[in-house]
Amino acid sequence: MKVELLDIHKHFGPVRANDGISLCVEPGTIHALLGENGAGKSTLMKVLSGFFSADRGTILLDGRPVSMDSPSQAIACGVGMLHQDPLDFPALSVLDNYLLGSPGRFFPDRGRGRRALLSLAAQFDFHLHPEARVAALSIGERQQLEILRLLWLGVQVLILDEPTTAISAQQKEKLFAALRQLAAQGRTVIFVSHKLAEVEELCQRVTVLSHGRVAGEAAIPCATEHLVRMMFGQEIAQSKRPPTPLGEVVLELDRLTVSDWRLEVKDLSLQVRAGEVIGLAGLEGSGQRLVLQACAGLRRPQAGRISLGGRDFTGRPYSRFLDAGVAYMPAGRLEEGLIPGMTLTEHVALASRSRAFLVDWKAAGQTTAERIRQYNIVGTPASPVESLSGGNQQRTLLGLLPPYLQVLLMEHPTRGLDIESTEYIWQQLQQRTQQGTAILFASADLDELLDRSDRLLVFFAGRVKELDARTTSVQQLGEWIGGKGFDG
Amino acid sequence: MKKSGRTRAETIAAEWGLRLAGVVAALILSALVLLVLGVSPFRVAWIILSAAFGSPSGISGVLSLWMPLLLCAAGLLFTFSAGMWNIGIEGQIAIGAVVATGTILLLRDVLPPAAVLPLAALGGMLGGALWALLVGLLRLYGNVNEIFGGLGLNFLADGLILYLVKGPWGQPGRSATSGMEPFPPALWLPALPSWSIGPWQVPALNVSPIELLLGLMAIVAVALALRGTHFGLRLKAIGKNLRSAFLLGVSTTRHLLVSFALCGALAGLAGWMLVVGPNTRHQLLPQISSGIGFLAILVVLLVSLNAWWALPVTFFFAAIAKGSSLRPTMELGLDSAVGGVIQGLLVLFILLAQGLQNRFLQREGG
Repeated sequence: MKVELLDIHKHFGPVRANDGISLCVEPGTIHALLGENGAGKSTLMKVLSGFFSADRGTILLDGRPVSMDSPSQAIACGVGMLHQDPLDFPALSVLDNYLLGSPGRFFPDRGRGRRALLSLAAQFDFHLHPEARVAALSIGERQQLEILRLLWLGVQVLILDEPTTAISAQQKEKLFAALRQLAAQGRTVIFVSHKLAEVEELCQRVTVLSHGRVAGEAAIPCATEHLVRMMFGQEIAQSKRPPTPLGEVVLELDRLTVSDWRLEVKDLSLQVRAGEVIGLAGLEGSGQRLVLQACAGLRRPQAGRISLGGRDFTGRPYSRFLDAGVAYMPAGRLEEGLIPGMTLTEHVALASRSRAFLVDWKAAGQTTAERIRQYNIVGTPASPVESLSGGNQQRTLLGLLPPYLQVLLMEHPTRGLDIESTEYIWQQLQQRTQQGTAILFASADLDELLDRSDRLLVFFAGRVKELDARTTSVQQLGEWIGGKGFDG
Repeated sequence: MKKSGRTRAETIAAEWGLRLAGVVAALILSALVLLVLGVSPFRVAWIILSAAFGSPSGISGVLSLWMPLLLCAAGLLFTFSAGMWNIGIEGQIAIGAVVATGTILLLRDVLPPAAVLPLAALGGMLGGALWALLVGLLRLYGNVNEIFGGLGLNFLADGLILYLVKGPWGQPGRSATSGMEPFPPALWLPALPSWSIGPWQVPALNVSPIELLLGLMAIVAVALALRGTHFGLRLKAIGKNLRSAFLLGVSTTRHLLVSFALCGALAGLAGWMLVVGPNTRHQLLPQISSGIGFLAILVVLLVSLNAWWALPVTFFFAAIAKGSSLRPTMELGLDSAVGGVIQGLLVLFILLAQGLQNRFLQREGG
């Protein structure tokens, strides 16, 4: 089935996730959709699979315009999507999940479903036991189940959103073999990824998205530099930040291992000195957050030690880390940072961690007014935080930090901010490094990483590589982020 | 972010307009229900009002229902601020009553009533607090949602009372519903005597000044705590965004447990009142709370965390509940459930008004 997307627009408030994207995918091919986080890949695919409806634009399947307002309609049209995080029901069995969404009578025909499941699975060499509980399956097996389910529903166009993030190398091989087989059968496969190597290995064509638009298209094979340039924009001059005098070691990681349900960062050793800025590069979900949270005392490491100022802090509660001058600024400002429904003054009173019984509202109001001036926040002490713009929310978060810090950990400190706000926030941060605060920040902006950091840690699927920010080019960093150079 | 077109004053006016419309709709629907039943709504309103306020005994009944209701609402304001649904409050009232009764049984022959009653109050508060803490611990460490934990513990508390009044504390040869042997008047809280202001003679009321004092003090204390203390601020922060509050350095676990304990303590105090108040049956009996805790949950839902509004709303609810359960209403051929119908409709419609408000008024800002 030939897929054509014409001039697709999708806005979320002021964010233009898709800003006039056109794309054509030939049947029987595996087509890659490449781009940074936030480039608009997932949004576009969710439009194609009926999860979102586009604000504007046309979808043609085999030349016929279709309108799809829900995933079930999309599946009826023959388009199915495998989401990044499995959207299945862990409490149910494999067979139950398989039968879900299948059209038909009131009572599902379990016998027929079981036979179909087993024969389809055999075709792709997947080993799934129909009665196993999905909760007990690995992410890779859950993907396999979802693929089989979509195929059984008659899907002709299969979209896979970052399918290799959380699966083993063997499962990846099996997945790729299955996708090649599907393309050979004449089905259309759209492979959304940010991993250059995988795209080059698997796909026949690639479309690169950047900031909600198509940055370019190419047939594979093509030069890696070409793809990197399309993904991250033109190459810009090297960093020119003057060296900052560094102090004592304030934060030390000794063979640290942290993990969550999908990813493990193993044996990371790192010494961070006062005043040093370390940028954590890598696509989102490659392990940066795990390390930042471990450094903040929010995630207990599986192994290894964390020391602050020479004292062992491994396994201590978050509040001890706070007392020791560690602060963590997460990415989701209104989800984990600010409290919607509360005013700036209430935030200041809350963040003061006062030991007093009564709130001194007058003093809190004055402090808030001072911070508003100091951090250039457009708002009043009585403004609820959710009424502020993203940039002002970020300034508010900065304004809530204690005046002196040992270590400041940040995720995407300037994401979604305009140039002026970004510059302002970095001025504030550099003042802090001059006072001796060490900064670790994760970012997806290569220029920011190279310009603002002394050292870089590149994360790729949980593995970490250290680079000197001064001698690395955007090009090289882009390739590292895409996994080139991490063997395997 | 797009700015909302309305000014703050307009938004508030729209909010109150919607709420008022909710009340009016609830009253109209209640009237329709009564018309279907073949009675005049005005007549019923008049009868409920005169039953509640037309006689000293009516007023006593309203007041002695109002106070435990107010205590429970005050306690629930803590847990609701923290975003917790303390459905277990019924059980906390019951356990408060159990421990209060136990304390009295234990000490009545040792200490004078003036010492036994306050000790029983403390016991009741402690019992309620521990019972509520159990809900909190289950939630925080056992991953049992507080609604289900609370509901389960409610049944347990009921069972415990049944066991006690049938078994160890019961009167041999009598049915469980009649409970244990009532306490003598010496172990009741003193009632308000008759008194006069100038030319007016205020009749004696069968409600204790101690009850009135405790209830009013509780709601004032809670209102001030939520508004003016770091503790209250942190509870509200937890209720609005637990994750952010934690990251800002609030010890969320401790605050949640304390909010449960405080709510349980106030519920336990209400349980004590239901045993020792002058206008009660002076005994422990099954279903002793008779739904006061649930009614308080509705109240707190209605006032949406504004503590001061709890004062008139609990009074109003107590009046409807009491007025509809007294004799004149029964004589009309209506059941006391009429009061429940009116209360339920009111809550539904005001919540509906709030829901509509969230949907239409606040969305625009996004």
